[in-house]
Amino acid sequence: MSLTSLSVAELQTQLRSKAVSPVEALEALESRIAAVDGSICGYLARDYQRALAAAKCADVNLPLGGVPIAIKDVINVQGEQCTCGSKMLKGYTAPYDATVITRLKAAGAIPFGRVNMDEFAMGSSCENSAYAITHNPWDLSRIPGGSSGGSAAVVAADEAFAALGSDTGGSIRQPAALCGCVGLKPSYGRVSRFGLVAFASSLDQIGPFTKTVRDSALLLNAISGRDPMDSTSLDEPVPDYTAQLGRDLKGVRLGMPREYFVGGTHPQVDKAVRDAIAHYESLGAEIVEISLPHTEYAVGVYYIIATAEASANLARFDGVRYGHRTAEAANILEHYGKTREEGFGAEVKRRIILGTYVLSSGYYDAYYLRAQKVRTLIRQDFTTAFEKVDAIICPTSPEPAFKIGDRSDDPMRMYLADIFTIAVNLAGICGISLPCGFAQVEGKPLPVGLQLIGQPFRETELLKIAHAYEQSTEWHKARPAIS
Amino acid sequence: MNAEFDVRYTAGLARLHLSEEEIAKFQAQLSQVLEYVEKLKVVDVSHVEATAHANPVFNIVREDEPRDWFTPQEALANAPRQVNGLFSVPKVIE
Repeated sequence: MSLTSLSVAELQTQLRSKAVSPVEALEALESRIAAVDGSICGYLARDYQRALAAAKCADVNLPLGGVPIAIKDVINVQGEQCTCGSKMLKGYTAPYDATVITRLKAAGAIPFGRVNMDEFAMGSSCENSAYAITHNPWDLSRIPGGSSGGSAAVVAADEAFAALGSDTGGSIRQPAALCGCVGLKPSYGRVSRFGLVAFASSLDQIGPFTKTVRDSALLLNAISGRDPMDSTSLDEPVPDYTAQLGRDLKGVRLGMPREYFVGGTHPQVDKAVRDAIAHYESLGAEIVEISLPHTEYAVGVYYIIATAEASANLARFDGVRYGHRTAEAANILEHYGKTREEGFGAEVKRRIILGTYVLSSGYYDAYYLRAQKVRTLIRQDFTTAFEKVDAIICPTSPEPAFKIGDRSDDPMRMYLADIFTIAVNLAGICGISLPCGFAQVEGKPLPVGLQLIGQPFRETELLKIAHAYEQSTEWHKARPAIS
Repeated sequence: MNAEFDVRYTAGLARLHLSEEEIAKFQAQLSQVLEYVEKLKVVDVSHVEATAHANPVFNIVREDEPRDWFTPQEALANAPRQVNGLFSVPKVIE
């Protein structure tokens, strides 16, 4: 087994026993990236010398001491690029560290590498990046998912021990599912968003991509907690998320939402998830059928609220303080119009238009306000369900990875791929995707993700339930054969 | 099809120039999305409060105390144009 295929916890054992030094770990990672990233294209940039300097003085006894972590190109790391996958921010250098980065550094971790994403985190395939097409390590002709496709692909290809991503409607869980790694979206308010370039502020949350559930808990330990710089981060205690791992599942009740098992899901995804549910029963969990009656409205609510918030957040790109600026403009309106036309890609423009429309005079009540009210009903569905169950179990994505180019110009079809992940963001609760099998498609195994959804600020229980499945199955050990 | 949805007009509100091709394409694609979200109209929301975000916290403020932050040079470092230590903006008044 090569060094770069180790989990974070395994690497730490090696580092602490002095079998491997942080510099050796970083060197091994750099060699792996040099060998395979030409075919994966997960990294947009990396500063090896800077990481090397950090590795040389790393304290391996810190919680994440000496562990390199890849960062989605939407989270500010002081002195590094932060393009958000957009031409708009080409050449931008982050002037400060996001709070998650400050916390990772305090825990001894080394932020290393900027990974690809859909432009401003808008997309489900990474094809909306202005810089690169990232390939799924399991089948290079397929997408890695999105928007955090780079984060998922580099972890799955052993080009990173772990990565950070962000999730607004499934952007951590869906690529984790499609690439076969573990992706956690914490509860809204668990992790500070300060320094995360905003897409939809009431939905965005930063979370880890890892090879194991234990690693997910380790990273969550480091990044969680209230931050005075983010008024939406809550002052809830941060437990040790690894403390409950390995506890048995006796008495745990898992809910199967009947609305999530109504057909339309790829048959091999459906089978893998049903097998996982049967496995949970064999581990002592009780399976309960539940109902989330407003499920069919989630995608509609999401594309109103997320685009409305995005249209407001992206108004900051005015060609004055940072970012692209058009060369010549006759007046201020032309300056804004051309700057934004040249800087933004097609999907971002579509969402700005939609978001501006649903907020515009005369349509606000019919679209935005109504969507916020239906959002309340979607939240209540989960509150009611959690009176009966400890967590909800379902697929992460209705299908395995699709081919690059397959639907890049069909936004509605792309939006519907988020059907199982979106409601979690609307409700502000937590969700995790972990590997639960493979679909054989055109002779290649494509990873299938199992989604577990937990109550707000109950990540400890969610991770415990996920860990029990992972450790009693072999799926998380499978690795793609990258040529 | 939403007869009132006009990409050209909305793009103006968003301060976003679009090509004629983009206008035609977005008009068709976003009309399809708006048609999809029409289904929200059947939900009875007459006694439902709106949810702005998931956590019921209000009026969170920091102490209003000075602290170290960007120097003027750092604040200007990413400016596409600057003059005499200031952000340069297009002329807005005659």
